[in-house]
Amino acid sequence: MMYLLFFTLFIWIQEKHAFILPRDEVLWALPKTDKQAEDLQSFLNTTEVILWQPVVVENIQKDQEVHFYVSASNTNRIKAGLRQLTISHKVLMRDVQGLIEKQTLNDTANPRSSSSYYENYHSMTEIYHWMEEIVRVHSDLLEKIYIGSSYEKRPLYVLKLSKRQGNPKSAIWIDCGIHAREWISPAFCLWFIGHAIHLRERDQIMTTLLEHFDFYVMPVMNVDGYEYTWSKPSNRLWRKSRSSHSNSGCIGTDMNRNFDAHWCGHFPLSFHLSPVRRDQPCSRCKHLSGRGASPNECYETYCGPYPESEPEVKAVARFIRDHKDIIKAYITMHSYSQLVLFPYSYTTDKSKDHDELESLAKKAANAIRRTTKKIYTPGPGARTIYLAPGGSDDWAYDLGIKYSFTIELRDTGTYGFLLPSAQIRPTCIEALSAVREIARHVLQNL
Amino acid sequence: MAELPPTHGPASRAAALATAYISHRHGSPGHGWVLRDVRRARREDIDGIGHKYHLEFVLEDIFEKDSTVNCTAEVLYHLGNEKSAPDVQFTIEGELENTDEAHNAFYNRIQSLKKELEAENIPDSYGNVPPEMQPIRALAWAASGYVIWQNSTENTKYQLAQIKHVKQVKRTDEYLEFDYVILLHENVSQEIIPWQMTVLWHPQHGIEVTQNSCQPKHALD
Repeated sequence: MMYLLFFTLFIWIQEKHAFILPRDEVLWALPKTDKQAEDLQSFLNTTEVILWQPVVVENIQKDQEVHFYVSASNTNRIKAGLRQLTISHKVLMRDVQGLIEKQTLNDTANPRSSSSYYENYHSMTEIYHWMEEIVRVHSDLLEKIYIGSSYEKRPLYVLKLSKRQGNPKSAIWIDCGIHAREWISPAFCLWFIGHAIHLRERDQIMTTLLEHFDFYVMPVMNVDGYEYTWSKPSNRLWRKSRSSHSNSGCIGTDMNRNFDAHWCGHFPLSFHLSPVRRDQPCSRCKHLSGRGASPNECYETYCGPYPESEPEVKAVARFIRDHKDIIKAYITMHSYSQLVLFPYSYTTDKSKDHDELESLAKKAANAIRRTTKKIYTPGPGARTIYLAPGGSDDWAYDLGIKYSFTIELRDTGTYGFLLPSAQIRPTCIEALSAVREIARHVLQNL
Repeated sequence: MAELPPTHGPASRAAALATAYISHRHGSPGHGWVLRDVRRARREDIDGIGHKYHLEFVLEDIFEKDSTVNCTAEVLYHLGNEKSAPDVQFTIEGELENTDEAHNAFYNRIQSLKKELEAENIPDSYGNVPPEMQPIRALAWAASGYVIWQNSTENTKYQLAQIKHVKQVKRTDEYLEFDYVILLHENVSQEIIPWQMTVLWHPQHGIEVTQNSCQPKHALD
């Protein structure tokens, strides 16, 4: 009966649209031999599909129908794979989003609740509206916590994702948007919340994680900088905050050098005494690198006048300090270069948990590789990229949050900070697999 | 010779430089190369001369993600003389795909334009590159490889971030000429550096950067 309905809908949609852009589909497959059933199991295990029938991959048997949901970006690849395995298959439902959108029309007049919402970049204003609305609609799971305000007096919010069960649980912190130009980072935090809200029933691991953990998710830490990158194209590659601490004419502090973890390293006095002015940047094209953080406010890695000088950093540090007994993992999202980093960044010395963190970073990178075949390189910050004092992950680690990671998302330079929105979805899917891997490990070691 | 962890900073910076150099030598309006993975890295300290990196790595095409090539390279950074560009020698395993046809098509399209081509912000803020601008971007990618090679040291890692502005310059000979202002991202200092470069290209003669210079930052405001 159900299929008849789908079939009718399918024909109706076909007639209505002579030309349809790729959309999410539900595919039907029928393995005819034990070998094919086995092939299909391992194929579906290594691809990003959502199984509808049977419930788990292990239950796939010969001569029994298999139904699964495939996102638009993957349909061609999945069909090619099935053809290669010579497993008979067809499209059960075309344009699933369209169906869902039609079915839930009353409740989704607003595009914020459609899945494609999370496949686009959004301005600061829009993200504030999104936070307000998602917390209102899902008040059973989400709470918006005000933790302070920015230099330009924008509110700073953390979303608490929690299945309320009375007892205070352990928690995992995820922050995004420390650096303004790394747009894929806030896109991940939005995706993460959207995934947890809409798909948690179909994601067994997520369901389990929510039984044991609360998540504190900060969608944008550098709200002023992020807003600035949206203001006009020439501001798109802004990195720092928007604060002013001197009359040099240079604005902004690198928030990821402003935490109180070996803040600003050590510099020769002469470096402090010879400020490079904003109007002579060519002199620094060749010889300013290798320091990791700079006491000069004209540089992109300016550490600020003192630790936590930035109100955003201060607010986050205070919140995490106040919750340090329940926060078991700290994860911060950056881009680009596809890395899974762990402490330390302020020294090339190994941390006392180096071996465990390294093995977990490797597991996270492997999870990504299984999910989208992308290569993420695991390693300690200072050795893998460069020495950088004052970073948030080192600070959280030294505070006592052992599982502290910086994930540098896509890509490796082809688009860099200007990652096309078509890559938001695969990037978030792979990053989510890394977060799940980290959370799973933390859960086993509580 | 010391074996280096291939994923660590020094190896990846040297490999990025080799990639820029290869992009310059083999880049064209149809191809650009980006570093995918460093497989092996060794460093040789040569007394009084400098540091020589021996590298094995994989490149992928900026247009076709599935198209990869294996490379080896030797990169020599001269000691105490940051003014001279590092020496780079490389080999590519196998043949690079022939794109003469695409090159000719691009050449003829630009030659037939009634008005000189002019564009800005490629990619735009959301990462979009209009299809007709892809060859213009690939050309900038190859040309920036030259600028990166000329200006790199052992402690820098440059990448083309964006074309701020490009304008075709009319010529009387058969070359195409483009005047670019690009933004380079230097990964260690995290600086975004505007750079002007004049680029000549012809399908038979390849790419030449005839002139280039670092620009003051406020020129963009």
